[in-house]
Amino acid sequence: MSDAPFRPYAPGSQPPLDAPAYRSTGLRHPAQALVPLPTGHTLTERRAPQFSAQRYLEATDLSRTASGAAQGERIVVAGQVTDEDGRPVPGVMIEIWQANAAGRYNHPGDQHAAPLDPHFHGAGRVFSDAEGRYRFTSIKPGAYPWRNHHNAWRPNHIHYSLFGPGFAQRLVTQMYFPGDPLLALDPIFNTVPDAAARQRLVSAFNLDITQPEWALGYRFDFVLRGRSETPFETLLEQD
Amino acid sequence: MPSATASQTIGPFWHLLEDKAWADLTRFGAAGERIELTGRITDGSGAPVTDACVELWQPDPLASEIWDGFGRAATGAHGEFRFVTLQPGPVPLTGGSNTLQAPHIALTIFARGLLIHLHTRVYFDGEALNAEDPLLASLPPDRRATLVARPDGPGIWRLDIRLQGDGETVFLDI
Ligand SMILES: [Fe+2]
Repeated sequence: MSDAPFRPYAPGSQPPLDAPAYRSTGLRHPAQALVPLPTGHTLTERRAPQFSAQRYLEATDLSRTASGAAQGERIVVAGQVTDEDGRPVPGVMIEIWQANAAGRYNHPGDQHAAPLDPHFHGAGRVFSDAEGRYRFTSIKPGAYPWRNHHNAWRPNHIHYSLFGPGFAQRLVTQMYFPGDPLLALDPIFNTVPDAAARQRLVSAFNLDITQPEWALGYRFDFVLRGRSETPFETLLEQD
Repeated sequence: MPSATASQTIGPFWHLLEDKAWADLTRFGAAGERIELTGRITDGSGAPVTDACVELWQPDPLASEIWDGFGRAATGAHGEFRFVTLQPGPVPLTGGSNTLQAPHIALTIFARGLLIHLHTRVYFDGEALNAEDPLLASLPPDRRATLVARPDGPGIWRLDIRLQGDGETVFLDI
């Protein structure tokens, strides 16, 4: 049933709101417990906006602008969006943003002393296909410093935003790269309690996605929350 | 089967995605009772949250060619956000009950320092159905007030959001 409620997040699969090692959580995390919605009152969050690719146009090649190619190591990222039951999720709008190869965002708030690239903007959008698959081309983002603690550097990462068929499935996350020595030191990555869930934020180098003489390939899969199968609410809805 | 992918913060540079037009949900021509929804987001010290991404979703009115029911706005230098949308109507309950949920809008807040986004709702002061709304009724009065927008001029509704501390907004586990 498309309106069935969503299962709670699996224990340890999501970071806490209060994570002292990531200092910005200090004054921004709610001190009070989250309030559960009363049974039967979750309809708003079970549904979601449906974005059309006609109106929200795809931008699947971040590696160049109209006037030329971006600096850096060209990459192709591909993977699949499924739910927690392993079912492919088609039509998911995936937004992508990232720093350039030098570790600088094309953003006025980024004052890192690394060069901007006139041929790299750093934002894209792609929809998952009928099998939940997606693919885009970009350049490998550079690491960049931040002020969380002395000599703090973010590992190479790409930011993502996903809209599934329920608003409760909304996902904003970051994809990391295999073998990055900064991962062990990164307070944001390490806020995810479960080690397996954390490792699933690290993409895998993939020779099949790699394009000869063109771009290295990385595989990254997304899992959106699954809907409940035996829930009280679903039973009630059959009235 | 693997659990849902872990959330990570949206960070301070999400504006690379921003299209300011998205804050006006009527931009594709939807007609109805047009309202503005505005407010300020502050943190546990009362300081404005100037880099947040606020998303608005309302399943009512029903989606159409000219109406997604979705909007996104960035907070400004004073933590303020502003949407133009259509007044929602009541939302049915599931489960065979005859009670309607009072008209409301879902708001989602993403920001640097939020490792996972926060869900809340905006209700409208003076709506008769508020008195019976099961979520509002489940809250003590001072907390309930954090979900109820108040008029701030003709067609303008205001609801401030406090992430932490005195008057902390009710955030939902959905
Ligand atoms: Fe980043």
